Amino acid sequence: MNRRDLIAAAGACAALPSMVGAARGQPVPIGEPVRASVSFRVNGAGHHLELDTRTTLLDALREHLKLTGTKKGCDHGQCGACTVLVDGQRINSCLTLAVMNQGSEVTTIEGLGSVDNLHPMQAAFVKHDGFQCGYCTPGQICSAVAVLDEIKAGIPSHVSADLEGAMAVSEAELRERMSGNICRCGAYSNIVEAMTDVAGRQG
Amino acid sequence: MKFDKPATDNPIDRLQVVGQPRDRIDGARKVTGTARYAYEHHDVAANQAYGYVVGAGIAKGRIASIKLDAARKAPGVLAIVTAKEAGKLNKGKRNTARLLAGPEIEHYHQAVALVVAESFEQARAAASLVEIAYAPTKGTFDLKKVKDSGKKPEGDDPSLDDTNVGDFPGAFESAQVKLDQSYTTPDESHAMMEPHATLAAWEGERLTLWTSNQMVAWGVADMAATLGISKDNIRIMSPFIGGGFGGKLFLRSDVLLAALGARAAKRPVKVALQRPLMINNTTHRPATIQRIRIGATREGKITAIGHESWSGDLPGGGPEVAVQQTRLLYAGANRMTAMRLVELDLPEGNAMRAPGEAPGLMALEIAMDEMAEKLSLDPIAFRMLNDTQVDPEKPERPFSMRQLGECFRVGAERFGWSRRQARPGTMRDGHGLIGFGVAAAFRNNIVMKSGARVSLDSQGIVTVETDMTDIGTGSYTIIGQTAAEMLGVDLYKVVVRLGDSAFPVSAGSGGQWGGNSATAGVYAACVKLREAVAQKLGINSGEAVFEGGDVKAGNRSLPLASAAASGPLTAEDTIEYGDLDETHQQSTFGAHFVEVSVDTATAETRIRRMLAVCAAGRILNPKTARSQVIGAMTMGAGAALMEELAVDKRRGFFVNHDLAGYEVPVHADIPHQDVIFLDETDPMSSPMKAKGVGELGICGVGAAIANAIYNATGVRVRDYPITLDKLIRHMPDAA
Amino acid sequence: MRAFTYEKAASPAEAATAAARNAEAKFVAGGTNLLDLMKLQIETPTHLIDVNGLGLDTIEATPEGGLRIGAMVRNTALAADARVRRDYAVLSRALLAGASGQLRNRATTAGNLLQRTRCPYFYDTAQPCNKRQPGSGCSALGGFSRQLGVVGTSDSCIATHPSDMAVAMRVLDATVETVKPDASTRSIPLAGLHRLPGSTPHLETALEPGELITAVTLPKPAGGRHIYRKVRDRASYAFALISVAAVIQRDGRGKVALGGVAPKPWRVEAAEAELPRGAKAAAKAMFAGARPTDENAFKLPLVERTLAAVLAEARG
Repeated sequence: MNRRDLIAAAGACAALPSMVGAARGQPVPIGEPVRASVSFRVNGAGHHLELDTRTTLLDALREHLKLTGTKKGCDHGQCGACTVLVDGQRINSCLTLAVMNQGSEVTTIEGLGSVDNLHPMQAAFVKHDGFQCGYCTPGQICSAVAVLDEIKAGIPSHVSADLEGAMAVSEAELRERMSGNICRCGAYSNIVEAMTDVAGRQG
Repeated sequence: MKFDKPATDNPIDRLQVVGQPRDRIDGARKVTGTARYAYEHHDVAANQAYGYVVGAGIAKGRIASIKLDAARKAPGVLAIVTAKEAGKLNKGKRNTARLLAGPEIEHYHQAVALVVAESFEQARAAASLVEIAYAPTKGTFDLKKVKDSGKKPEGDDPSLDDTNVGDFPGAFESAQVKLDQSYTTPDESHAMMEPHATLAAWEGERLTLWTSNQMVAWGVADMAATLGISKDNIRIMSPFIGGGFGGKLFLRSDVLLAALGARAAKRPVKVALQRPLMINNTTHRPATIQRIRIGATREGKITAIGHESWSGDLPGGGPEVAVQQTRLLYAGANRMTAMRLVELDLPEGNAMRAPGEAPGLMALEIAMDEMAEKLSLDPIAFRMLNDTQVDPEKPERPFSMRQLGECFRVGAERFGWSRRQARPGTMRDGHGLIGFGVAAAFRNNIVMKSGARVSLDSQGIVTVETDMTDIGTGSYTIIGQTAAEMLGVDLYKVVVRLGDSAFPVSAGSGGQWGGNSATAGVYAACVKLREAVAQKLGINSGEAVFEGGDVKAGNRSLPLASAAASGPLTAEDTIEYGDLDETHQQSTFGAHFVEVSVDTATAETRIRRMLAVCAAGRILNPKTARSQVIGAMTMGAGAALMEELAVDKRRGFFVNHDLAGYEVPVHADIPHQDVIFLDETDPMSSPMKAKGVGELGICGVGAAIANAIYNATGVRVRDYPITLDKLIRHMPDAA
Repeated sequence: MRAFTYEKAASPAEAATAAARNAEAKFVAGGTNLLDLMKLQIETPTHLIDVNGLGLDTIEATPEGGLRIGAMVRNTALAADARVRRDYAVLSRALLAGASGQLRNRATTAGNLLQRTRCPYFYDTAQPCNKRQPGSGCSALGGFSRQLGVVGTSDSCIATHPSDMAVAMRVLDATVETVKPDASTRSIPLAGLHRLPGSTPHLETALEPGELITAVTLPKPAGGRHIYRKVRDRASYAFALISVAAVIQRDGRGKVALGGVAPKPWRVEAAEAELPRGAKAAAKAMFAGARPTDENAFKLPLVERTLAAVLAEARG
């Protein structure tokens, strides 16, 4: 084997394996973990955590608070499965550090309702079969709840014909606003029916 | 129970519970986030550590050296697994490439190491310190370029053979109207929302795996083979699976690495494949190049039909069986099919939702549309002219049930097909060119041996246990409905426990065989339990009627629960099949109708309406079955319009290997979807008289969209996905 | 992801000073792009300076009749601001065409400007990429380039800037305000914020080490029809294949910028004189010197047709 054929690559990553003469990737030192404390409320209960600063809000919920209802689908903001409400707004919990959420009020799927006391949106998802495998479902439901609030608040969307004035609960609006939540099982048609049902009852 | 004669009347026919659109019995758990998936079992094993997978940075070659020192010394690291550390590993019979590579690298992102640490953050950081030197070798990555080197697939599976009936070359040559076209479908990814994930825990020699696997018994067998240990020492649990679509049929690297990591770290270890690694690390639907030839009389009777398909896979892999449906879908005395397989060094190709038929119909059903146009026939009329009630290769062999024509008739009426303009490019709405498209749906019904255990307790609670899985299909619910119907109890009285290898081996979830086969297994076990109950209550089992929570015979009526007063009653059985699927061709049928709008300026295609009409035997639960169909239609829309794994033909990998790069449909892509199930019971399929439906919905829908785009624009695209760059230069002037 | 220390800055100037002290420090605002890249070991800071909570999250009228948008104003808040909706609709439209509701709720104005390319080779650390690892080569040239740039690119890099918002801001003649570690401030026209790759594609902006964006200002409303047209394969939650931001006046004159075609929001002021003559002439002028690949050459006719539709809409 020719020495020049050996090209280093670090881990999953770095450098260039299959081209001769290209740059070598030297792994950077990763350092000692830094711990920091953070306090926030989740579903009404206060939590104080000592965490590695690298911990995302998603992993703080799933691995530290063991609230596994919030799902990790991609960990890169590309699927929406990790959607939670922070101070009433929906966000991707995979793309925020836990320590950045000091003092926040977090609502997860577990905080919306329970098996014996479903939130109206959860009940509508069951009734309209707005899910199949269930993995994107908590994110869809958190998003759905927030979307109806966003429409009420008059926040426009990409498909709003008029940027000003009141926003409508139309199918087109719901589909656009829910597009950050991917469902590979393809329950979209039913999810919009569930949301329309809830929006109608809210009047 | 042996099912070898057509089903006669049985308790399922009462349809008190079965056939009803019941809500999912696991629904409340899924919508509250309390259904536990593989990575979420915090409570089952103490002291869980985290694994992070390192994937190969080259497509083919060898690892020259791995430096682990820096990673080993990194904070929190407990163990590192590589092929060298792992020692001898075998390969399960259902895997083509090894799940842990080294020193040979067979494909990009093949796992080469697992770093185990106290925390996820530590494992991920340390993984970046694993330093690997590769000696790459030249690989083959371009299907089109090496197509002609394709060989007949090896092995004794007759479905891979070339077929020839009559004189295809002669009949095609002399046909009055002919079509000879090529079509391509790209590599596609399952992209299920839950990444492959496993928690592994050893207790001495015994290994317990909480994982996400569609086929529990296959997983146990392949894991035992890979590790060289006894199957008895492995327990797999997959109670909830966040989507599979074929991508979780087989043992994948998360399972093996979690087990090896747990052994090395002497602690339970959990591993989830990182999303950017998944697409190249796991399996995908292979790309195809297909050639279709159809010859017909001027009146539109097919006299010759030929379908050839080329696909690639790693050495030892198999072809995409894209010609399968063409053997059965349309009449024609002279016919041929053939598949050719080339060796490619891309990641492993394997089953994805409706393997074979999904890409096969994407080609065949465009060809039928093109042929109809050549014949100046309506595309539905052309298909109906060539409908058949018998296997066209063996006319003595009838279909058990075939309502393709009725699917088209009902669908055409509901959809308003008569409003379609035959001349392309003539319908317009605002800035959109409007087109209607249609295609046949076809998928074979496969029956699989399937077992279950059913027990009754003194409270009248019925518990069903089987290793069957629910991948979103609704297995929990239809199994519960089956047991409730058989024992005459309300659905809420039934507890269903799935996905545990400690339970009787079932059909598992794949090939749309799961629903019919697994409920048939439950039916068999329930028949046995009914006999045990009758005997216990001193009732003649032939007379016993189970209803309303009671068992009745003549004037007598006793509470069902009383049979278990002195202790639970348990029965176990397995449904096995005779040759009804040999004597009769069992298939499912449908018709897809699609309306699209193609933007006059940008050539962006958006779907406005979708309708599927399905004939698929008894529909066990119209609500969950409908969800299966709309979900499959959605995946088919992705295949038609956007899904394509982009191959880097120099470096040999799928470049767009995450959910931003590999686009699947989002809410805004999918309109309201209509589904109609024709009333059908098929006594040849099982005592349930049901057939599969989970894959039928994806079969043909892509071609219906392609045909609608043609109808809208007059531009015929034969290479999927039909993205705007393939239309833009041929679009009429926007003004 | 490397271990990092974390601090919440007390003021914009202190944040800049803190950043200048540590060459491996990064500001974190919304985090929606930075954390994504840190997880992949593409960004490897050892210190994060959280610049949320510095009071940079308000939108105020300027004495000149324009708007001053705080750097930490979230994309949703900016898109929904009544003044933006009324007077700068192209900006509202561009924001709403980007990302998803969840991401827009966290992503900030400055972060959106400074987001990095989505070139798939930049994202795969096993592949050569001059932007990620200077001198290693460009995998996209001769590789999968359908999404990538057609103009303003170089032999070193054909990546695009992925923002929608920045394209609208470019057409609105926005200016970026910054504070430097020495507490001095400056204004940079948006046109000058992003650099073209040349032979140094890893150098992406005109910002100096530690320099923090504090606001973006918009001049007073120019009137006209505001249109943002984004073209993509998927109907939502996808980066642009191309996009057109336009402000067109009644007489047919106007301003146009393009997204998805270049390493920065692409505007050629000289080409705008051609607008009254139609899309063909304007597109031709904007694409002077364009060097598309076989895979992305479709972007040229696509822009021309889309621009024609935009101009027609503006007339209509």
